[in-house]
Amino acid sequence: IDRIFKDEASEEKGERARMASFVGAMAIADLVKTTLGPKGMDKILQSTGRGREVTVTNDGATILKSLHIDNPAAKVLVDISKVQDDEVGDGTTSVVVLAGELLREAEKLVATKIHPMTIISGFRMAAECARNALSQKVVDNKTDAEKFRSDLMNIAMTTLSSKILSQDKEHFAKLAVDAVMRLKGSTNLESIQIIKKPGGSLMDSFLDEGFILDKKIGIGQPKRIENAKILVANTAMDTDKVKIYGARVRVDSMARVAQIETAEKEKMREKVQKIIGHGINCFVNRQLIYNFPEELFADAGILAIEHADFDGIERLALVTGGEIASTFDNPESVKLGHCDLIEEIMIGEDKLIHFSGVAMGQACTIVLRGASHHVLDEAERSLHDALCVLSQTVNDSRVLLGGGWPEMVMAKEVDELAKRTPGKKSLAIEAFSRALLAIPTIIADNAGLDSAELVSQLRAEHQKEGCTAGIDVISGSVGDMAERGICEAFKVKQAVLLSATEAAEMILRVDEIITCAPRRREDRM
Amino acid sequence: MALAFDEFGRPFIILKEQEQKSRLRGLDAQKSNISAGKAVARILRTSLGPKGMDKMLQSPDGDVTITNDGATILEQMDVDNQIAKLMVELSRSQDYEIGDGTTGVVVLAGALLEKAERLLERGIHPIRIAEGYEMASRIAVEHLERVANKFEFDDTNLEPLIQTCMTTLSSKIVNRCKRSLAEIAVKAVLAVADLERKDVNLDLIKVEGKVGGKLEDTELIYGIVVDKDMSHPQMPKQIEDAKIAILTCPFEPPKPKTKHKVDIDTVEKFQTLRLQEQKYFDDMVQKCKDVGATLVICQWGFDDEANHLLMHRNLPAVRWVGGVELELIAIATGGRIVPRFQELSTEKLGKAGMVREKSFGTTKDRMLYIEHCANSRAVTIFIRGGNKMIIEETKRSLHDALCVARNLIRNKSIVYGGGSAEIACSIAVEAAADRYPGVEQYAIRAFGDALEAIPMALAENSGLQPIETLSAVKAQQIKDNNPHFGIDCNDVGTNDMREQNVFETLIGKQQQLLLATQVVKMILKIDDVISPSEY
Repeated sequence: IDRIFKDEASEEKGERARMASFVGAMAIADLVKTTLGPKGMDKILQSTGRGREVTVTNDGATILKSLHIDNPAAKVLVDISKVQDDEVGDGTTSVVVLAGELLREAEKLVATKIHPMTIISGFRMAAECARNALSQKVVDNKTDAEKFRSDLMNIAMTTLSSKILSQDKEHFAKLAVDAVMRLKGSTNLESIQIIKKPGGSLMDSFLDEGFILDKKIGIGQPKRIENAKILVANTAMDTDKVKIYGARVRVDSMARVAQIETAEKEKMREKVQKIIGHGINCFVNRQLIYNFPEELFADAGILAIEHADFDGIERLALVTGGEIASTFDNPESVKLGHCDLIEEIMIGEDKLIHFSGVAMGQACTIVLRGASHHVLDEAERSLHDALCVLSQTVNDSRVLLGGGWPEMVMAKEVDELAKRTPGKKSLAIEAFSRALLAIPTIIADNAGLDSAELVSQLRAEHQKEGCTAGIDVISGSVGDMAERGICEAFKVKQAVLLSATEAAEMILRVDEIITCAPRRREDRM
Repeated sequence: MALAFDEFGRPFIILKEQEQKSRLRGLDAQKSNISAGKAVARILRTSLGPKGMDKMLQSPDGDVTITNDGATILEQMDVDNQIAKLMVELSRSQDYEIGDGTTGVVVLAGALLEKAERLLERGIHPIRIAEGYEMASRIAVEHLERVANKFEFDDTNLEPLIQTCMTTLSSKIVNRCKRSLAEIAVKAVLAVADLERKDVNLDLIKVEGKVGGKLEDTELIYGIVVDKDMSHPQMPKQIEDAKIAILTCPFEPPKPKTKHKVDIDTVEKFQTLRLQEQKYFDDMVQKCKDVGATLVICQWGFDDEANHLLMHRNLPAVRWVGGVELELIAIATGGRIVPRFQELSTEKLGKAGMVREKSFGTTKDRMLYIEHCANSRAVTIFIRGGNKMIIEETKRSLHDALCVARNLIRNKSIVYGGGSAEIACSIAVEAAADRYPGVEQYAIRAFGDALEAIPMALAENSGLQPIETLSAVKAQQIKDNNPHFGIDCNDVGTNDMREQNVFETLIGKQQQLLLATQVVKMILKIDDVISPSEY
């Protein structure tokens, strides 16, 4: 037969296609499997860029994001972990591992000649049943502030325990909970600023109630201002360009040049005067401030901070309650920001500007300290995960126990369902429950424990009504999760369950893979 | 090859550089064309029906698409063969015209080609085959009219419409929540439909997707959703009873199209220019304010200064809104798109009951909802889903469902699905064949056989015994003289498609038959393929 496709394009059909996607997806799942759980190991990622930069992490989303993958099914898994990261922030590894396990089970079923569509409908029923089982077992402590806070602490500690911060998890959990509580229910994590400064130890990290801007104060300007009035601006403070299109300066003598230069300076001076006219003593600009206006500000005793990045500006405007100004003609109606004290502080060797006593208490800054950049980066990622989970939990305060407990609960219910269901679907439902059990197994395996023994013990334990047993990795035995305070957010677990099933379903439905010829690129190297 | 001699026996050239070209002619050309067409149909065959499988497509840039929408698969397949390209065109035109049945049309064309090949081997001239097909398709289309049912729906009883959309959606990955999606599609179409003129402008339905959440969170919004946020972070996030100025001119200094230069040679000029500039910004904002706008939506960017002025005057604004969205906003809010500030006036403002900004997930994604518009004729379907591919696939599936609903509003006739219409046509065509004298009779009979390919593929994909099932259904149809028996793909237990509520639109089915016949005719008529050989 003639070729229908272009050269280099390939086509795989039926069994082969299914095989290719199963293998790809499972390879990805196996790759991140070892990072799961409190005793999970980290991965070193080296970039192919010029710097050969190295990242050490055990965050599933970060690992998968940096992989170059050619297998289309594997890409589906990478995509779900990314979405999990965007949506709830944590559980990025679990979702991939669960999807991988589902496909592993599906592969066995396909090998026994069960049609993929039958498997899918079984999986769907199982997922629905598992979700109902979970939502029946949730605990909601929204009304009890004291208990809610301890829930949050537990969730934060559970999330952090699988990360590099596990040594100081109590400290960081407290930081994260404090920061999230300040947001008062909003999920906008932008107002929590994380500043990383190498040096010191992780324990030296702290939460600052004010706002810290990673900038230096101009020379000759006051280093400490009490009761500051702040104008936050986004305006050109170099030479104020004429914006009318096509304007250019054309002169015929040196004297004229000098005149225009003076006019320009005059214009700048006027602008500075106008800004000073707002009655401020601190001026923060997003763009550069040239020497000349800086000098003028210094003369007027005004603290001028240049080149604050965009996020910094927005956050500063948010915390001080000022508006971001670009024109200065109506000083009376521009809202100025206020804070009690601006001072220069030292963290390690770096000078930073610290705004304390700000008008709006929503924002805060977490300063991370640590031995190296790698540690700091990883700490930031871990903390980000914790913050995301917490902020989501504040909105949806339903909480579950951790340590493999939810998986056992789901597996038990799904097993029950399998027994009740007639037809081939029940095989798929059974397979679903086996895939769920794989997660506690992997957690135990990663901790070097006898997983088969532990999981079977756990299963026996779960036959009792109202059981709270899970795997306690620290002591290496089955323990009471409620007592140990190991908690997970319902929203995370639900998202893991649903996205993993969705992804597995999607890959199962494929019976043909068509790969187009790769686009030729000019070699840029 | 093509070599000719003049009267003196000298060769002269007909084809330029003919050594470098490959050429196929006669039966070989037809055979190779047919095999290419069949190869394309074979790819799509397994995607047909509610139990059809998906295809995973990797684009030249490595992006992955998972779909079972025939048009999309062929579109992205990157085919090289000319005949295969014709098949791609075929499904595309079905997509443009009807929007659904894109897989079926290709499978049918493939079956027709296969049957034609047998007839060619028996020495029947391709043109005779083509003519026979043409006659047969006419018979089939007429028969479809006869078996078609009118079905009634109105604003109060949407159930039939929803059922039809559910048939379309059941073959897609979204069939988990086909009920709610079908309801969304029907409501959306009815919201924009002009029942008087029986016309539906699908441009008024915008389908937006955002990764995250679950498929069940998909919602229909009576208004517009724009993937933009307020130009200044401190502008109000919620505006009630908004009066919207829709602008296509930037809040920037003017840039005349003619080439010009402003020369600055004295200090005075420098200063006047500066004042001019400031005044210009001020005027722009003042004009918007004067006509009473409480929200500005602009196609272009804002200068920092203008942005602050807007914020300062308490006039929220949105920038960089795309042209299509701008038009939709204009339609929905009943406003006019204003190309110049001078032309702003109160009556040109659009009105919306509520404009609000909504944020999603842990990232900073924000979207602008414009709701309770003056003219509710524009709606948005907002899809949520676990990952990008699901959302893309949902978009495609919803598009199909929307098209089906639209076709039903245009023409209320339906035929029953599950292959029942094809079987009925096949019976009719075969019965009619005997009445035609001549070679065409064979072609007509072949057409009847080819029609069975669709129920056959349906049965095969559903894991049934294809031949057994098909012959049983066919016998049943003839025995009871009832054209509503089809393949029971979902294992419901009845073959009667009326009871299963599986419908398709009449025009969709007719279009499938006509388009497939046309393409097959075209392919059969080719007897010479000249192509540049490998370079």
